[in-house]
Amino acid sequence: MSKIIVITSGKGGVGKTTTSAAFATGLALRGNKTVVIDFDVGLRNLDLVMGCERRVVYDFINVINGEANLNQALIKDKRVENLFILPASQTRNKDALTLKGVARILEELKKDFDYIICDSPAGIEHGAIMAMYFADEALIVTNPEVSSVRDSDRIIGMLSSKTRRAMQKMPAIKEHLLITRYEEKRVNKGEMLSIKDVQEILAISLLGVIPESLEILKASNSGIPVILNKETDAGQAYLDIVARFLGEEPPQRKKKGFFSRLFGI
Amino acid sequence: MKYKPVLELKGSLLTLMVLNLFNSDNELIAKALAEKISKAPDFFQQVPIVIDLQAVEDNQAVLDLSELVKLLRTYGLTPVAVRGGNIEHNEIALNMNLGILNNIKSPAPQLTLETKVAAVPEIPAAKIIRDPIRSGQQVIAEKGDLIILSAVSHGAEILADRHIHVYGALRGRALAGINGDNKAQIFCQQLYADLLSVAGKYQVNEDFPEDLIGKSTQTYLEQDKLNIKKL
Repeated sequence: MSKIIVITSGKGGVGKTTTSAAFATGLALRGNKTVVIDFDVGLRNLDLVMGCERRVVYDFINVINGEANLNQALIKDKRVENLFILPASQTRNKDALTLKGVARILEELKKDFDYIICDSPAGIEHGAIMAMYFADEALIVTNPEVSSVRDSDRIIGMLSSKTRRAMQKMPAIKEHLLITRYEEKRVNKGEMLSIKDVQEILAISLLGVIPESLEILKASNSGIPVILNKETDAGQAYLDIVARFLGEEPPQRKKKGFFSRLFGI
Repeated sequence: MKYKPVLELKGSLLTLMVLNLFNSDNELIAKALAEKISKAPDFFQQVPIVIDLQAVEDNQAVLDLSELVKLLRTYGLTPVAVRGGNIEHNEIALNMNLGILNNIKSPAPQLTLETKVAAVPEIPAAKIIRDPIRSGQQVIAEKGDLIILSAVSHGAEILADRHIHVYGALRGRALAGINGDNKAQIFCQQLYADLLSVAGKYQVNEDFPEDLIGKSTQTYLEQDKLNIKKL
């Protein structure tokens, strides 16, 4: 049974695309046939982060409009077996995403893939709703900062009211919280919300915490998902998140428990 | 110098296309619609249309209005209003920025026998909500109490005709006695509210006594003044 997972946040710049790239790569590394779709039509970024921008010929919108078929638009990742990217269009806008078109493509992808990752655009408008509409599960990416938490709260509300599962009274979308850009030092100084604060406000289950890391910027700029760099804190943290998502209990780290390793202290 | 007004508001009778629905089966509707429109797709481009649900015979609740609106939009039509839907439909319509038009066929509700029966005083039921109320969401108990078993987020709004009870943290706005009941009260386990109001008298977070923040409290009107007290 294939699963559709939306990576969403409300606020921009919190790490949706970085997470989409890393999470999809992680699932594929574990032998799952995975496709990651860029829903940010008009601000195509995912292909950059995945390092395949020079191989984009056809895109998501071309497939929706019937100008190309899926196999022409899907880009096979060169590093990881089982990983495919469906890039967004740079020249169109989000209105080109129609519910019918998205539904048709997701149905087609479901026949072939174990996991379909939808990289949502920021905001709460049409593009974000299209990305979340058909989801079975959601990763809510949040920075430990009040405006990001507030926006995530809004998005969680929309997941439970404006999606297919909500409208057709099906079992609710399973929500996972992912806190990114976390800095233990600044939390201790009271400059940043703690994991506990964020969890208290959002009240959904925590999948993991990604520490603030210079490696992420480096990884994005070089087009290599950070999860492929197992030496880094952030890469390790994403690997653990994928393991936890697949129902495993990643090994506890030394004396301070698993969080300490995630924070890189 | 002649005074020339910048604008004026005026009622106007217009001819609008109305989509009359007789059935609530979403798939049947989609199919029938596709057939109709395929006959003259250009004719329907940018045409304003009213969705009329008055004649839906079977279970109206099954009809997925938002899906229908999206479908109409994908065909190039511009839905502008909904007529004759139930409360949920009206809410969906408002959320989608559509207008709500009055039912034309049904008789005025005051005249029906049922409302006469309902006129016998009865105790209004409380509205009980289990799920967290998220930022941007609004919950209204139009009659009676509103009871919330989990948290109310910042930026969310809860309103009740009578009392409000919140058993999680109250971070959003809580307005009790919205129809002027000055005996209404707000009870909460942890007070972090953006705003508290009883029968129109309100206080914002900044004005709350500091020692009450995070505490379980009771908010009520005393001589027309809003009072917050520790429980």
